[in-house]
Amino acid sequence: MTLDDRHTRLLIGLGVAAVILLVRIFSLQILDDHYKEDADNNTTVREIIYPTRGVIYDRNGKILVGNKVAYDIIVNPREVPPFDTVALATVLDVTPEFIRGKMQEYERNRRKIGFQSVTMLKQLPAETYNKFAEVQYRFPGFKGQVRGIREYPINAGGNLLGYVSEVNQDYINRHPGEYRSGDYAGMTGIEAAREKDLRGEKGYHIFLRNSRNQIEQPYKDGEMDKEAVPGHDIVTTIDADLQQYGQELMQNKVGAIVAIEPATGEILALVSSPGINVDQLADIGKHYDEIVSNPYRPMYNRAVQASYPPGSVFKLVNGLVGLQEGVLRPEMMYPCSHGYHFGAGHKLGCHGHKSPLNMEESIMMSCNAYYCYVLKNILDNRRYDGIDESMDHWHDMVESFGFGRKLGSDFPAELSGSIPTAKTYNRAYGKGRWNSTTVISLSIGQGEILATPMHLANLCATVANRGHYYIPHIIKASEGVEIDPKYYQRQYTQVDTVHFPKVIKGMWRAVNSGAGMGGTAWIAHIDGLDVCGKTGTAQNPRGADNSVFICFAPMDNPKIAIAAYVENGGFGATYAAPMASLMVEKYLKGEVRREDLEKRMKEANLMSRVKKD
Amino acid sequence: MIGENTHERGLRQSVDWRLVITYLLLVLIGWVNIYASIHTSDTTTIFDWAERSGKQFIWILTAFGLAGLILFVIPPKLWEGASIPLYAVVCLLLIVVIFVSKDVKGSHSWFELGPVKFQPAEISKITTSLLLASYMSRQNYKMTQWKDFLVTALIIGVPMLIIVAESETGSALVYAGFIFVLYREGLSGWWLGLIGLVILLFITTLTLSPYTSILILIGVLTVGNAFYGNRKDFWRKIGIGGGFVLLMSFLPWLLEFLQGQVQAHLDWMANRFWVPKAGEKDTYIWSFLLKVKPLYILLGLSLASLPFLGIRSFRRRDNFLGMSIAAFISGVLLVFSTDFIFQNVLQDHQRSRIEVLLGMKEDLAGVGYNVNQSKIAIGSGGLLGKGFLNGTQTTFGFVPEQSTDFIFCTVGEEWGFVGCLVVILLYVFLIVRLILDAERCRESFTRIYGYCVAACIFMHLFINIGMTIGLMPVIGIPLPLLSYGGSSLWAFTVLLFIFIALYRQEKKYF
Repeated sequence: MTLDDRHTRLLIGLGVAAVILLVRIFSLQILDDHYKEDADNNTTVREIIYPTRGVIYDRNGKILVGNKVAYDIIVNPREVPPFDTVALATVLDVTPEFIRGKMQEYERNRRKIGFQSVTMLKQLPAETYNKFAEVQYRFPGFKGQVRGIREYPINAGGNLLGYVSEVNQDYINRHPGEYRSGDYAGMTGIEAAREKDLRGEKGYHIFLRNSRNQIEQPYKDGEMDKEAVPGHDIVTTIDADLQQYGQELMQNKVGAIVAIEPATGEILALVSSPGINVDQLADIGKHYDEIVSNPYRPMYNRAVQASYPPGSVFKLVNGLVGLQEGVLRPEMMYPCSHGYHFGAGHKLGCHGHKSPLNMEESIMMSCNAYYCYVLKNILDNRRYDGIDESMDHWHDMVESFGFGRKLGSDFPAELSGSIPTAKTYNRAYGKGRWNSTTVISLSIGQGEILATPMHLANLCATVANRGHYYIPHIIKASEGVEIDPKYYQRQYTQVDTVHFPKVIKGMWRAVNSGAGMGGTAWIAHIDGLDVCGKTGTAQNPRGADNSVFICFAPMDNPKIAIAAYVENGGFGATYAAPMASLMVEKYLKGEVRREDLEKRMKEANLMSRVKKD
Repeated sequence: MIGENTHERGLRQSVDWRLVITYLLLVLIGWVNIYASIHTSDTTTIFDWAERSGKQFIWILTAFGLAGLILFVIPPKLWEGASIPLYAVVCLLLIVVIFVSKDVKGSHSWFELGPVKFQPAEISKITTSLLLASYMSRQNYKMTQWKDFLVTALIIGVPMLIIVAESETGSALVYAGFIFVLYREGLSGWWLGLIGLVILLFITTLTLSPYTSILILIGVLTVGNAFYGNRKDFWRKIGIGGGFVLLMSFLPWLLEFLQGQVQAHLDWMANRFWVPKAGEKDTYIWSFLLKVKPLYILLGLSLASLPFLGIRSFRRRDNFLGMSIAAFISGVLLVFSTDFIFQNVLQDHQRSRIEVLLGMKEDLAGVGYNVNQSKIAIGSGGLLGKGFLNGTQTTFGFVPEQSTDFIFCTVGEEWGFVGCLVVILLYVFLIVRLILDAERCRESFTRIYGYCVAACIFMHLFINIGMTIGLMPVIGIPLPLLSYGGSSLWAFTVLLFIFIALYRQEKKYF
């Protein structure tokens, strides 16, 4: 009997086949434990208990998102005898056809459903459920199941909060082992970002059953049961009243308002307009298509995602960089003859104001020519080996303010904007084929500079803090909820803190010099609050200029730093400045005295100026 | 009688008692487990006539009667002579049953005569084995002659096809086992390899991907060529083919990495908060990479190299290489038609059984229910089992068909791994004895018949146990001698005892 005998080979084959079977059986019986658990699961049944989802609070303890009780009607089709369809339909406030359709659907899928219960109607209000409960005995197989759903007491922060909806198969697959069909999860905004804190842990009660699926008694007298653990509450940094007020001011306008507490980096308000109303959130299924198809894109969170030219507010940055580089001293005077003249007949225009003027006055009156000189001096600085190096150095200093990169807030989908480098222009014009006048519009925050309203608010907070900022964030640490330690760390810019008071003086004068003195932002003045601000009027290639304003108050020990950006709003002082000022008044004084101004802002409708996407 | 004893060896020496005892043990184990599988808390005895265990007792007694009849009464010489009429009659029955039987879960294969039910497909295994043995043992029979080969194929194929027409595809599959008999009698081993390759490609295409299947195909052909050809070329061929396969197995990773980079970029553009689809207008220059599939590259390279291999095979008169090229092309065609076969040729229930087996679809409430419950029952048995009558899964009725097709679950649950080992070893011993006895026969009729018996039992064993532990799709065929049911028990008793009788006759006279 050698290996080449055919019958020997067949015997070897038989041995291999037997070993395959035995190895498989061995792995089933000895190596793999889960079949033993499954055997127990066969004889027990788990009833899932859903936890209540965490509540979302504002900074003052007001509820932004709460829970209310709704009822699902569930049905076990195998337990349903013939019944009065019309009577049930009347009680549940649906058509008899709906119920018949559902029952036919269950009949078709009976193999798949087996002995399980399925949800027939979702989120019925309590009064409908109560009507059903009275006659439930007449409809065996049907019962109600309590289900918490979201409730929004204040119309504030629709874009921030996000919505909760039932998970789909795709979502379940992406979070293996965490969700089952029928569970709810936060899909966007804070609900999504903090899903793990908010959702809590599901519990279960175990019952014994026989193979006919009849439930007999609690398993081991409930010893193995697990109670549901409610989700953690989330405290946001948002001031609900301020947020709501901001949304009211911005209604019928396109743009954003971002308010930050400079001492902490906490975001007090983050308004994006047009936005999403909380009643749309509550019933997102019905409104989703409407929201997505809106040409003004309400889902688009302009506060952190829109890349806008910052306009004149950026002069603050150029001024600070100039001071740090030593090419600008506060007492330096430059002339302005309705603009800055360069090359053969080129001019960057300016409005009428006194000339020549020093740095403080240049901020107060927002002189364009002054910053052309400043930028030219920065870029043509002899200390650097050519414009490539000085340009990149300028870029690095600007970036240290947070521009041109994501700030790293805890808010999802923040965008970075952009700040040009020498490479940007080398690519566009060719190396050595551009100079400081080519890029002169950078001096006034135009050209290749793009920033989000959050960047501008952060700039404002940095100035308010005299040279440092905290990364803006929207979640506060609270019991059971931790936030990243980076939010407690000061972030310094590359500009020495000694230079900041010099520009603040200019910002104070821009607001507090009184009408007719040349200050661009006198409209933002509030009695008793030393508001410091800087206007901006950014060119918009798609229509009228954008209105921009940043301010903080009070000047000493600032409590709020704010940026307002109104698309197609015209001058900075026309819309952005009054709105930011009203926000400051609302926040620091608790009420707004300037009712005429408030009314004018709320009622202004700029939508016809805005080009749709 | 005294005179006879001088010629013949006594009953004790001539009968292979090891076969008989193994048979008795298996039947006994079956009976005990049938009792356990229908056992509930109501106390019934194993002899209760109203229950399946009581009925099985009657089947066992009658089966013993049949065995005695074959062993002592019917002259063994008769079987060879009667093989043609028996085969014809059974084929006729197989056809008749299609028209007169009731529809049982879609199949038409049972005769019902009052309380007695029987399935002609069970007997046809015996008659096919007899005719096959009789035809192949003719003196001038040669498998390589196409006429002989054709008749052999027809003898196996005709009942097989009729049974397929009865929608009993599972039973028909058993006939595939006769290929082992043909192999023993001279069929080229490459055929076995080829059939194995086809099955392998079919499964890998469905479970893994066409890409993996083609890589496997190239690998197998490379190894085949290396072994077949000149020994000194061995490592060179392995090197080239293996290197190619190795290189290509990294291709999907590389492509996936590149595509991941592209996709990440596109996602970054599109997946902005609250903005479902902002990247629609985006025309990212590397986007074309997303459309490239590794399969295209693999096929392109392979097809490009075929002409060179073709010329080489022609120049060197390397027929094996030529055949390999043909095998490669037909293999690729098979891989691509697999989906078509799967979707359009197979019937719904067959498709879903294969899908569940291959893990393509988890359907625990529907088709997957049986297998899942069966695996739970066996898997919960552990090393020593839960003990006789203590199984929870089988006694509470979670496992379907637990006394017939899924009888092995009861063994697995109540007797554990040790019980499974004993049962499988008994079968292996039975088959090994059959093969060794067959090899010892002088008459090729007895030898071939013995191999047929071994092949039938092996196929039933592997398919049935494979099914209960999720290695095989759900194919409703019984576990020989263990499963409840008269017609199955009788058929296997007759099948086995004809061989014992034939073998006894050999030993008696030689």
